[in-house]
Amino acid sequence: MISSHIGYYSLLLGFGISVSLLVYSIFCFKKNNQNINQNIFSFLFLQFFTVVISFISLVYSFVISDFSNATVYNNSHSTKPIFYKITGTWGNHEGSLLLWLLVLTLFIFLFIIFSKKQPKKYRFLSIFFQQIIISGFFLFLLLTSNPFNFLFPVPNEGLGLNPILQDPALAIHPPILYLGYVGSSIIFSASLASLVQNNINREWAIHIKKWILAAWFFLTIGILLGSIWAYYELGWGGFWFWDPVENVSLMPWLCLTALLHTVKVLEKRNLLKSWTLILSIATFTFSMIGTFLVRSGILNSVHTFANDPERGMFILLFLFSLIILSIILFFIYQGKENTSQKKFFLISKETSILINNWFMMYFLSVVLIGTTYPIFLEVIVNEKISIGPPFFNKLLIPFLALFLIFMAVGPKLNWIKDNYKKIKYSRIVLFFICMCISFYLIKKTSSEILFTSILGGAALYLLLVTTKEFLNKKHNISQTISHFGFSLFILSILFNSLFSNEFSANMKIGQELIYEKEQIKFLKIKTFDKQNYKSVIANFEITDEKKNVISLYPEIRIYNQPNILTSEADIISTIFFDKFIVINLLKGEEIFNVRYQTKPFMIWIWISVFLISIGGILSLFKRH
Amino acid sequence: MYGKKVKLRLLFLLFIFLIVSLSVFLILKSLEENVVYFISPTEIKNLAEIDNKKRIRVGGMVKEETVKLSQNEISFVITDFKNEINVTYSGAIPNLFSEGKGVVAEGYLNDRSFFDAKKILAKHDENYMPPEVKEALETNK
Repeated sequence: MISSHIGYYSLLLGFGISVSLLVYSIFCFKKNNQNINQNIFSFLFLQFFTVVISFISLVYSFVISDFSNATVYNNSHSTKPIFYKITGTWGNHEGSLLLWLLVLTLFIFLFIIFSKKQPKKYRFLSIFFQQIIISGFFLFLLLTSNPFNFLFPVPNEGLGLNPILQDPALAIHPPILYLGYVGSSIIFSASLASLVQNNINREWAIHIKKWILAAWFFLTIGILLGSIWAYYELGWGGFWFWDPVENVSLMPWLCLTALLHTVKVLEKRNLLKSWTLILSIATFTFSMIGTFLVRSGILNSVHTFANDPERGMFILLFLFSLIILSIILFFIYQGKENTSQKKFFLISKETSILINNWFMMYFLSVVLIGTTYPIFLEVIVNEKISIGPPFFNKLLIPFLALFLIFMAVGPKLNWIKDNYKKIKYSRIVLFFICMCISFYLIKKTSSEILFTSILGGAALYLLLVTTKEFLNKKHNISQTISHFGFSLFILSILFNSLFSNEFSANMKIGQELIYEKEQIKFLKIKTFDKQNYKSVIANFEITDEKKNVISLYPEIRIYNQPNILTSEADIISTIFFDKFIVINLLKGEEIFNVRYQTKPFMIWIWISVFLISIGGILSLFKRH
Repeated sequence: MYGKKVKLRLLFLLFIFLIVSLSVFLILKSLEENVVYFISPTEIKNLAEIDNKKRIRVGGMVKEETVKLSQNEISFVITDFKNEINVTYSGAIPNLFSEGKGVVAEGYLNDRSFFDAKKILAKHDENYMPPEVKEALETNK
C-alpha cells in the first residue's frame, strides 16, 4: 500500500522536475551564466533519484506480493521464487516502461558528468532535448500505464508471470537491451543540440563516438541474450525466426552500426555531417518504432503485454512530434558542408565506409519492408499474410556475400586517397582458394549452391584476412576483432543451417528408435515437486555409431499459476556441435513428442557475437 | 554544354536512382513469391481452385476428441465452427497445443479437406488467441 503511494508521488515529482528542467535549461542557455551548472547537476540527480525511488517501491511491492497493486496482481504470484518476483518487475508493460524511464534519467545524468569538456550551451541544449523525451515518457507512464494503480477489494492471490519469462537470461535481457535503446536517445539529443549549435566537428565526433559505442555494445548483447533464450526455451532449437519482434530490435542495430562507421569519417575527415545527423535521428526513431510496434499490440508475441490502442496512439503521436521537431530543426540549422576543398576519392577509406552504409541501408530496408508490409496490407485491404525466413534469406544472402568482400578490403585502405596498385596477387589467389574450399564443402548440401558457396567463401576469406591482421598487430585491434567476429558469425550460421539435422517422433517410455546411425532410447521419467511447478524429467540415452553413449535429461514444467506447460531443453555443447533434445507432453502422460537435433558450431554463433561486441568495448576504452 | 562536374553529378544521381529502383524491384518481387496467406477452413471450402504448391496458414480451434497420435505423425481437425479441415503433421509440437484451444498450422493443401502441415505455430500465453483465429471464429459464431 504505502510503497505504491511513495512510488506514485515520486513519479509525479520526477515529472515536475522534468518540466522545470525544460524551462531552466533554456533559461541557462540564454543567460550564459557560468555558475548555474551546479544547480542543473543537482536537478538531474534529483530526477534520477525520484525514478530510482519509484522503481524500488515497485520492486518492493513485487517482493512482498502486495496484490493491492494492479501491476503486481496481474503479473505475480506468492509462490513464485524471489528471484523471479524481482525480475517480474520488468516482465510486464508498466514495469518495463518504468525501467525505460530509469535508464533515460540515468543516461542524461551520466552524460552531463562525462561531457565537462564540451561547450556549455551544447550541454544545456542536450539536456533540453533529452528532457523532452523524458517528460514524454513520464506522461505516457502517468496517463496510460501507471504501475501503481490500486485494486479494491485486495485479491488474495495474483495471476502469475508467464512461465516462459521465468528464466535467468530473460531476467537481464530487457535491462541490457534498454541500455542500448535508451543510449540511442542520448545520441539523438546530443545530435540535435550540436546541430543547433553548429558544432558538428571532429571534437564532437570523438565525444559522441563513446556514446555510440556504448549504446551499440548494449544493443548487441541485448539481442544476443534474447536469441540465446529463444534457442533453449522457445525456439525448439532455432535462434532467429525473422519474427517482427526480433526485426524491430535489428533495425536500430543496423542504423547504429552504420552510424558507428560514419562517425569515424566525421572524426578523421570532418565530412558527412548531415548524414551522421540523419543516422542519429533514424536510430532513435527506429528504437521508438520498435517500442510502438511491440507495445501497441499490433505485433503479437511474448513482448505484447497488453493490447491497448490508447498506448499505441500515445507513442505514435509522441514519435511523430519528435520526428517533426527534428526535421524542422534539420532544415533550419543545417549548415552548408564545404565540400569544394575536401574531395571524396573513389579508392579511399571514406568511400569504403560509405559503401558499408549503403549496404546497411539496403539491409535495413529489407527488414523494414518485411516487417511492416503485413501490417499495411492488413490495415489497407484487410488481407492477412505473414512473411517468413525465405524472403529475408533470398534478399540478404547475395548482398551479404558482397558486403563481406568489402569488409575484407575496406579497412586496409588509407584515408583521403589510396591506390589500386597496392593489390597483392597473393590475396587474389587466397580469395579463389577460399571460394573453392567453400564450394567443395557446400556442394552436396544446399539447393542454392551458388550463393551459399560465395557467401561461405567470402566469410572464410574475411576470417583469414582478419586473423592475419590480428597477428600483425599493425591495424586497429578493436576493429579487427569485430570484423573477425562477424566473419566467424556468418560461417557458423552457414554451417549450422547446412549441417543441422533433426529427428522428431512421438515416443513412449522404454521405446527405442534408430535414426541415421544413432540409437535413441527413452529410458524413464521422474517427477519432482518444485516451489511453483511440477517437474517431469525424462532420461534419454543416445548411442552413436562409435558406441559413444550420452545421456540427456529434458524437462517439462507444469506451472501452477498460470497453469501452463513449458519445455526445458537439455543441451550438451561441445566446440563442434550441440546435442539438443526437447520433449512435450501429449495426451495424458504416456506419449511424449520428442525432438532431437544435432546442431554444428552452435556455440560459435554465441561466441562470435560476443567477439563482435568486445571490439566495441575495446574501442570505447581506447585512449586518444 | 554542361561542365564536367555537373555531368559527373548527374551520372552519380542516375547511378543512385538505378540502384534504388533495382533493390525496390528485388524486394517487391521477392515479397510476391514468399508471402504466406492466412485462410480459415470456411474460406478453403469456398476457394475456386486449390494450389497445392502454395504455402498457406490455416487457423481455428482444435476440435475436441480429434487428436490422434502415431509414432511419426499427429492428426487433428481444425474447425471454425462452420467448416472443418483434417490436418496431418509430423514434427515438434508447441507446449500450448491442445484440444479445444486455438491453433495455427502452416503447410500445403492436399485438397479441400486435407491439409499437410509443416509447422505448428507456437504461442506464448495460455489465453492468447492469434488475432486471425479470433476473427475467423467470431465471424462464424
